[in-house]
Amino acid sequence: MSFVKLTASTLAIAAVSATAAAARDQVQVAGSSTVLPYASIVAEAFGENFDFPTPVVESGGSSAGLKRFCEGVGENTVDVANASRKIKDKEVKACAENGVTDIIEVRIGYDGIVFASDIQGETFEFTPTDWFLALSDKVLVDGALVANPNKTWADVNASYPAQNLAAYIPGTKHGTREVFEDKVILAGCEATGAFDAFLAGAEGDTDKAKHKAAEKACIALRTDGVSVDIDGDYTETLASIESNKDGIGVFGLSFYENNTDKLKVATMSGIVPSTESIATGEYPVSRPLFFYVKKAHIGVIPGLKEYAEFFIADEIAGSDGPLAEYGLVADPELADTQGAVADEKTLGM
Amino acid sequence: MTDISQTPSTPPKTSIHKTDARTKRRNAAERRFKAYGIAAITAGLLVLVVLVGTILNNGLGAFQQTFVSLNVELSEAKLDKKGNRNLEDVKKVSTFGYAPLLKTAFETKIEELGLETELKSKDMAAILSKSAAAELRDFVLDDVSRIGTTVEFTFLANSRVDGYLKGRVTRESIANDKKISAAQLDFVDQMVAAGVVEKRFNADFIFGADASDQRPEAAGIGVSMMGSFFMMLVVLALALPIGVAASIYLEEFAPKNWITDLIEVNISNLAAVPSIVFGILGLAVFINYMHLPQSAPLVGGLVLTLMTLPTIIISTRASLKAVPPSIRDAALGLGASKMQSVFHHVLPLAAPGILTGTIIGLAQALGETAPLLLIGMIGFIASNAPDSISAGLLSPNSAMPAQIYEWAKRAEPAFYERAWGGIIILLIFLVTMNTIAVILRRRFERRW
Repeated sequence: MSFVKLTASTLAIAAVSATAAAARDQVQVAGSSTVLPYASIVAEAFGENFDFPTPVVESGGSSAGLKRFCEGVGENTVDVANASRKIKDKEVKACAENGVTDIIEVRIGYDGIVFASDIQGETFEFTPTDWFLALSDKVLVDGALVANPNKTWADVNASYPAQNLAAYIPGTKHGTREVFEDKVILAGCEATGAFDAFLAGAEGDTDKAKHKAAEKACIALRTDGVSVDIDGDYTETLASIESNKDGIGVFGLSFYENNTDKLKVATMSGIVPSTESIATGEYPVSRPLFFYVKKAHIGVIPGLKEYAEFFIADEIAGSDGPLAEYGLVADPELADTQGAVADEKTLGM
Repeated sequence: MTDISQTPSTPPKTSIHKTDARTKRRNAAERRFKAYGIAAITAGLLVLVVLVGTILNNGLGAFQQTFVSLNVELSEAKLDKKGNRNLEDVKKVSTFGYAPLLKTAFETKIEELGLETELKSKDMAAILSKSAAAELRDFVLDDVSRIGTTVEFTFLANSRVDGYLKGRVTRESIANDKKISAAQLDFVDQMVAAGVVEKRFNADFIFGADASDQRPEAAGIGVSMMGSFFMMLVVLALALPIGVAASIYLEEFAPKNWITDLIEVNISNLAAVPSIVFGILGLAVFINYMHLPQSAPLVGGLVLTLMTLPTIIISTRASLKAVPPSIRDAALGLGASKMQSVFHHVLPLAAPGILTGTIIGLAQALGETAPLLLIGMIGFIASNAPDSISAGLLSPNSAMPAQIYEWAKRAEPAFYERAWGGIIILLIFLVTMNTIAVILRRRFERRW
């Protein structure tokens, strides 16, 4: 019967194409949605200026990207993982178990994290302390740790209006969340003295274990609906703020710069976030952005090394390049990174 | 019988022309029910109108784009320093090397028009799309003998400028914007008055490829449309023969026992399985186990085949069942074998129903996004249209709904408009496919 033949031939084609697929000729990238716009700008320019095909850039979050990166070596694994945080020791170990041993770490620049509210809303001048008092699970009241009683921003800081507390922060699969915890919540925890209180009550055999337990207690956020985790992208955070005008969201600097007509940015510790204030280190909440390259794939996947070198070339990642124009804060030590990539220097070398 | 001799209770003395209370209640209930029905339909229509209105309102803008016409001198000093027109040497000039040409083109333009502006040439060139330099470079690399000449070129304008002409961007909204200034908008006004900047139909949105976050104005849905097309090809080539063969066997040949009952129940259950489950299955089986390439329409097609199969099997079986047994009996009675009766008589009569089911299944698969998330078809993927069937099946590509999802989550507001524009195109496809299905059913379906 003709359709039986058709089925057979289709299956045959599928089988043949599966073997033909063995030679992948474009670079495959996955990872952080913060790095995605930068990576896609580079991928596009790479495709235009080189004879290699345009790399494929997927998103999904730093952790998800690194997990796929660490799945193993071979043509059906990704070549590059974008990350908005440094790779963890745990991940390096997981990579090594799957045979991914030589990893090249490339720092592309810095990204600021900004706090913004609806354009019509109130103006805020935040400090880490405010955010800790607003979102932490337990705060220090009269020397004792109690469940967070604050309901409005006025409760947090008497100089603020009595606007209901509502925060839209990145979910735990985002690298941005860790920076928010480290540089804002933890800083606020230490500044209010809650850290010492947590440390005093911490359980653990060694000082280090106690310290760790206290840090963990610090970054435990309240779960009564005041702080909402956004697992999607910043557009989702923006939509949440548009529907709840009292809400304050955590965004990447470049996202804010593209939506200045909808968002009002708050200062942090008195500094207005901008590429300049982040480059000088004045604005406290920033983090480096990275991508990780599988050394084993260099020479196997055409264009991989060229892509890595092109990404951090002065004309791309430099302070006048298209990435800086989009909102990346150029790395002052870019030349070192360029050298490291040229030498294919791997982690731990 | 004694019952009969009993005097019947006297009926109420009313005319049948006058409605009694019970009839009134029944009539009122009927009227109420009709009113509920009309209200339900009105509500449905209203929602439809709002939905289509919102889509058109938000999306039609994507089909128009702002263009800037300039005369560009392809200066030899900048593009071919050696002057030997060697393609390899010319290729060494990257897109960044083409930016000065655009600045010069703006300077000559305002001189020619006698316009006055305080803007520097760099700020003037900033109203162009970032794709302008790349377009120019491609044009030169196509034919290096063009170096040294002056050509008239039409570039895309930057998304902010485009938004300004479409009313999305205003002087108030750019108060804090670092990417465009009020002075640049004044300059755009001058250029619009001079006829250099104008808005017109943009075919590249329908046929072009995706573009990076910096140049939403250059993004198009064409390449992901190709991705969808190749996926549908795979679905059609696999799901139709497998589905029809399975249904014919189950309906015509299979003995009725508990095994076939079990299979039947499972097929109905499969039709209700959420599509994301097929995505996870696809990732595990096709990519991790069979080592098929990631982000490839072939894998997408295979996953969607799994999803479409139950739909096709169920509709095929229904249309086979609808063929009256007398047709089979007549064929068998005339000495046809079982298989001849099926393939010569039953299948042709059931064909319109099978096709309708297939088209509806394909339309469903065309709009599916969730399983594609897991097999890497969402992201910044396709920049080149595939040049052969094998490339179409195997080289990474996106699909229309995946592309729309991707645009909707990007930071740049101009992508939002394109997401809605993409929805319009996708809807056109879906409506067309469903219309074809309806027409097929109307024209060819026979009733006994």
